[in-house]
Amino acid sequence: MLYLIEQCLNGMQLGMLLFLLAAGLTLIFGIMDLVNLAHGSLYMLGAYFAATFVELTDSFLAGIGLGLGATLVAGIVLEMIAIRPLYGRDHLDHVLGTFGLLIFFNEFVRLIWGPAGLTISLPSQMLTAVQVLPGVYYPLYRLVIILTTLVVALLLYILVMRTRIGMLIRAGASNREMVGALGVNIKLLYTLVFGLGAALAGFAGMIQAPLAFVQIGMGENILILAFVVIIIGGIGSIRGAFVAAIIVGLIDTMGRVFLPDLVRHFLSYSAGSSAGPALSSMLIYTLMALVLIFRPEGLFPASSK
Amino acid sequence: MKVWLTPRNAFVVALLAVLALLPVYSALTGNTFMVTLFTRIIILAIAAVSLNLIMGFGGMVSFGHAAYLGIGGYVVGILAKEGIDTGFIQWPAALVLSGLFALGVGALSLRTRGVYFIMITLAFAQMVYYIANGLDRYGGDDGLTIQRRSDFGGLINLSNRTVYYYLCLALLLATVYFVWRMVKSRFGLVIQGSRSNDRRMRAIGFSTFRYKLTCFVIAGVLCGLSGVLLANHTNFISPALMHWTRSGDLIVMAVLGGMGTVFGPVIGAVALLVLEETLPHLIGFVSYVLIGKEVVAAKEYWQLILGPMLLLIVIYARGGIEGLIAGSRRG
Repeated sequence: MLYLIEQCLNGMQLGMLLFLLAAGLTLIFGIMDLVNLAHGSLYMLGAYFAATFVELTDSFLAGIGLGLGATLVAGIVLEMIAIRPLYGRDHLDHVLGTFGLLIFFNEFVRLIWGPAGLTISLPSQMLTAVQVLPGVYYPLYRLVIILTTLVVALLLYILVMRTRIGMLIRAGASNREMVGALGVNIKLLYTLVFGLGAALAGFAGMIQAPLAFVQIGMGENILILAFVVIIIGGIGSIRGAFVAAIIVGLIDTMGRVFLPDLVRHFLSYSAGSSAGPALSSMLIYTLMALVLIFRPEGLFPASSK
Repeated sequence: MKVWLTPRNAFVVALLAVLALLPVYSALTGNTFMVTLFTRIIILAIAAVSLNLIMGFGGMVSFGHAAYLGIGGYVVGILAKEGIDTGFIQWPAALVLSGLFALGVGALSLRTRGVYFIMITLAFAQMVYYIANGLDRYGGDDGLTIQRRSDFGGLINLSNRTVYYYLCLALLLATVYFVWRMVKSRFGLVIQGSRSNDRRMRAIGFSTFRYKLTCFVIAGVLCGLSGVLLANHTNFISPALMHWTRSGDLIVMAVLGGMGTVFGPVIGAVALLVLEETLPHLIGFVSYVLIGKEVVAAKEYWQLILGPMLLLIVIYARGGIEGLIAGSRRG
């Protein structure tokens, strides 16, 4: 039972991470109608920036802050140079163009930081475990990730639903020509949204970095998961992305933990260890296929919010 | 009267001549690497042609086409590991399984369109990718070495490099011819009609879903063939064969060469893979001209050029290489 709670928290943590990626992706998708395969590259860039700044400033928080700023700037520059010509083109063009960007960024990172990969070490006070429930200890840093991301999600919700900028963003999503005709600088709005998405992706990369390894291509597999999240949640819907991210995070974690035992029950021990991760990944994609077949517009379509 | 001697046709003929004579060049110079490289190019060209059939003519952008490469390859690898060496079982089994998989994926994913179609095909390919990762007996994520190439008795010896090259080339030409005939047929016209206006095609009485599904299955079988050839070529299979970036490569080949023309993807496959081989040298050469010495380190980073090149092609040269050769006539 205690184990179950711990794994639930792990699932939440993965879900929160996916939400950070998916929120930007779904905004960019919903508003600019752009399929951005380079989103995972921004996740990677964020982690590399943060690793560099943590090293330079010798402070975890300052490193994260500077890294966040750097990713935001990188996103804005990327949008102005490479993404703008892609608006209004068909999705195949997006896939191809941003695939080119992904190749570029992988190589760019290798050129600047080398092929070896980096690590970010946590400040020592983060390395403890706290008692979340009687008898359940959980690493403090993972808890901090969950709580920080919840705050970010709340801020994002307020930004989109309660501010003037957010109103323009939503308006742009439903009818961009009309918003442009009313005198709103659509170009600037798009750049801001892309920058916001980039910063969120970068943030995801840098907070995950201390738990994993900062390496080339780290954004590729998680990008696909983030796409699954926004398809399940409904393209353009932040609320949908939030719920779907938690569902996917929980399924993935639970599947990895409990499916191997289940398989071992029926087959051999080693079959369980190897088939477990495969099966849990399949669970997620099966869920996505089911959603697409029975509710093609996703669980929380953006138009009905 | 139709003019046959267009710049485009001249280019295609020249390319075919180069492909046909390559082993001769290789035999004369002793450069066997060229044959190995071009066998690979030809095999992947088959995959690109099959993808182009559904993407270029049918408007179905499959982002999971590498799954069929994997299925074709894994059937050969698994059967070989279990001691079934004969190609008379391996090859048909691989093609049938690819076709069945395409039937399942197509039946579900053709209900959706646009970006949802892209994503659902990707999802199914990811599923196969993770299954292959979980196949411990067959190497898991390390992959599996195939001890012997498929055995066709005394009929043909696949272990001979030159023979294998010409077999692949013949299969590529057969594929191109088959797709060309199909595109010109009534079936092909229905497929192309449904790409431009699906609702209208249904209104005039075609069940476009069945046509598209059939087309999807045919493309899957052809790509499965490419997977069979690839496994026999490298004597090795691994899940990396169907990583999603591999599907991206296939899309790049199809678009690079010029979508919606039968031969375009062949040009695209040759262009992309030759570029992969030559860009490093090209960078070295340019640096030699510019600063008087070869920057060895710069050669490693050729993808730094490839990536932005793709973006520029998307933005400025929508018709791909074929479009450039054929001139502005093509839209």
